[in-house]
Amino acid sequence: MASSLSVPPTLVSDFAPTVPGFSCPALNLDAASVARARTLARNAAEEVQQFTASRTTVSVERTILRLLGVSGATADGQPLVNAVVDHLHSAGLLASGVARPFLTAALQHGMSPQVLAEQVAAERIDLRPVSEGAAPSPSDQKALLALGDQLGRAGLGRILAQRQTRDSQLQQLGCGTQPLRYVIVASGNIYEDVVQARVAARQGADVIAVIRSTGQSLLDFVPEGETTEGYGGTYATQANFRLMRKALDDVGAELGRYIRLCNYASGLCMPEIACLGGFERLDMMLNDALYGILFRDINMQRTLCDQRLSRRLSALAGLVINTGEDNYLTTADAVEAAHTVVASTLINEALARSSGLVTNQLGLGHAMEINPDFPGALTLEIAQAALLRHLFPGAPLKYMPPTKHMTGNVLRGHVQDTLFNLVGVLTGQGIQLLGMMTEAMHTPHIHDRYLALESAQMVFGGGAALGSQLQISAGGAIEARANETLAQALALLEDISAAGLRNALSRGLFADIARSPSGGRGLNGVAERAADYWDPCEELLQSELVRLGHLNADGGAQWPY
Amino acid sequence: MAVLTPEAAGLAGPAVALSGARGVDLTQVRAYGDTLDDGQVMLTFSLPVPFGDEAKEAGRQLVRQMGLHEPQVYHAHDLGEGFTYLILYAKSPFSVDFTKISVPKVTSTKLDHTAIERLWSGHYGNARLRVLGACTGDDAHTVGIDAILNYKGYHGDKGLESYKCFEIKNLGAQVPNEVLLQEARAFGAHAILVSQVVTQKDCHRSNLAALIDLAEAEEIRDQMLFLCGGPRLSHPIALELGFDAGFGPGTTPGAVASYLVQRWVELGRQP
Repeated sequence: MASSLSVPPTLVSDFAPTVPGFSCPALNLDAASVARARTLARNAAEEVQQFTASRTTVSVERTILRLLGVSGATADGQPLVNAVVDHLHSAGLLASGVARPFLTAALQHGMSPQVLAEQVAAERIDLRPVSEGAAPSPSDQKALLALGDQLGRAGLGRILAQRQTRDSQLQQLGCGTQPLRYVIVASGNIYEDVVQARVAARQGADVIAVIRSTGQSLLDFVPEGETTEGYGGTYATQANFRLMRKALDDVGAELGRYIRLCNYASGLCMPEIACLGGFERLDMMLNDALYGILFRDINMQRTLCDQRLSRRLSALAGLVINTGEDNYLTTADAVEAAHTVVASTLINEALARSSGLVTNQLGLGHAMEINPDFPGALTLEIAQAALLRHLFPGAPLKYMPPTKHMTGNVLRGHVQDTLFNLVGVLTGQGIQLLGMMTEAMHTPHIHDRYLALESAQMVFGGGAALGSQLQISAGGAIEARANETLAQALALLEDISAAGLRNALSRGLFADIARSPSGGRGLNGVAERAADYWDPCEELLQSELVRLGHLNADGGAQWPY
Repeated sequence: MAVLTPEAAGLAGPAVALSGARGVDLTQVRAYGDTLDDGQVMLTFSLPVPFGDEAKEAGRQLVRQMGLHEPQVYHAHDLGEGFTYLILYAKSPFSVDFTKISVPKVTSTKLDHTAIERLWSGHYGNARLRVLGACTGDDAHTVGIDAILNYKGYHGDKGLESYKCFEIKNLGAQVPNEVLLQEARAFGAHAILVSQVVTQKDCHRSNLAALIDLAEAEEIRDQMLFLCGGPRLSHPIALELGFDAGFGPGTTPGAVASYLVQRWVELGRQP
């Protein structure tokens, strides 16, 4: 076993401070149901992780190349990692992993990974004969392992160094209090986004999420460079990450508050984006194990494999993941299907923990999208929000505002968002995605964000200690609704457990959407690992996650319950 | 400015049926705050100039250039980075002749679920109208198309899947126009429903127009009804883009179903 990387062990920084009295009122939940639901979710997760541990994907292999030091693109915009992986995959060599032929060739030619990748992309070096060649001599094998170890350490070390920088900046500057005020920028042009983000930070934003260009989740490559064209958002690229990081560091230093940056490790490039996010010190990532399967029709085998590595890297990076359960109810009915959100967050938690994410990295997302005209809508909202809060103690839950019921009456929308903020602060949520009054009409204008932040400031300031001052009536409507939703979630988890998660997905148990194991996009990029499969980063990553306390000594998940 | 009298306000004398608010001259309609013809309007925008008296004056001057009178800055806020946010009120002197206004509308009357099915079966018996739906281009927002097509529907109104007279196929999100037309042929679609939610840089318009161009090039434009819907669409825009009908925000499945069946009957086509 390799010795640990040079970075000393640190704990993940405490997520964000709270103001005195900030908490959720106690809620009397059926303890046996809670325990049973967690056990079922954990069993479902273990089955998935066994399935994924014996497979690899094109995006996993591209991530490994990035960790080994390959970056950039060809003159016509094809990322070098794609060129190398496609080169081997087209010859049916994905199952053994790209690392062995790639690093063997690096040794033979005496080239750095970057130069070698350029040569492969230019078709001047062919890796296929390397892959099919005779078994290496013991000394060649030793050199290969040593090179893999050296490069793997360097790649993972870049991520750890950024984690340390975040820790020290958080210590020096501090950050906003919970619920963190989370706003989006989505102009399509990274340079405009930077202006909008800096203004938002000055108006009180704690987290800037750069929404991706619509359709990026279905691209099987990560675009390169700083980009100025996008639809409904801005392309996630390493250069864009770096530019926004710098802008937020600058404005954060001026304001004396660390400003977090969020993007999307989702879609067909989930683990690559998590890796780039680690390199460029993103602080949060939208990262859901099931979302892409349900809402983007990405093949389930592909996404389940990809989420594993993306979450292991996010764990190492000290990133907070945000799951996307809010979207379930824009499809299914909010009042009738609330329990699917609860079941999904429990499964997302179990999958995340088994990949090494710990409590203060679990920004499990939820939103109920209850029609505000529904009688007692606010009571139901509070019941659901309190239920989630009590199911995941200590996790920085991300609470998301209604989008389905925005009408175009922007002033009414502002009131809906304000009520939603009140529920967020009352129930002790960790991250509040601030609704925009113009939601569903246009991507936010500069002052939409200011108005949302000003409103949140008023509600969070005035309501900070409400949760510790009010009680949920024993035997009342909130308690009853929370337990009813929990009971339905438990019944759904029993079904999922009996069928297995993959079968459950193909039966449409979530969000009324059915997906088959062989349907959807990206299946041809999945392979069962061959006996000679090799990934030089895998064991290093595992031992770092153990060393840093993300996993137990035996590699098992940290379960606080 | 007209002064509203007790008679005109309907406070004295017998109530009179009017087509506008009481006392209004429909040939000269102005914006209304609290007094007829006061022309009160609210404006809100940001300027890329630093906060201060100069920013407020810049706002006032801009509003005057819009032709508005007496601009007053109610609120100004320093956004930082050299931006200022403004809320202003002003008076608009302009009027419109309401009697001359003409807006193209979807002409079908809204029927209920049973009436729609009855109208259809009266003409076509057990045959069904095949409806193909999709979000096209890069658009990944299926909320709208799902609300119209899925059984569950929207706002208590069941979706097209719940009608006996429709056969529905929903292609979901991010469907290229080419694929949509291919699928339409394979399905033998009678009507195509396109949802467009993302509107950045007017991509919804170009994308919808491109679909009609393609359908014309493939000579199938007239074989099917083309409908579009979304938060920034309307019937006039749909007509302008070459569609048969367009539906804006808040449209219920019943409105779309009413249109489809009545239009098909009106055209006298066989399914």
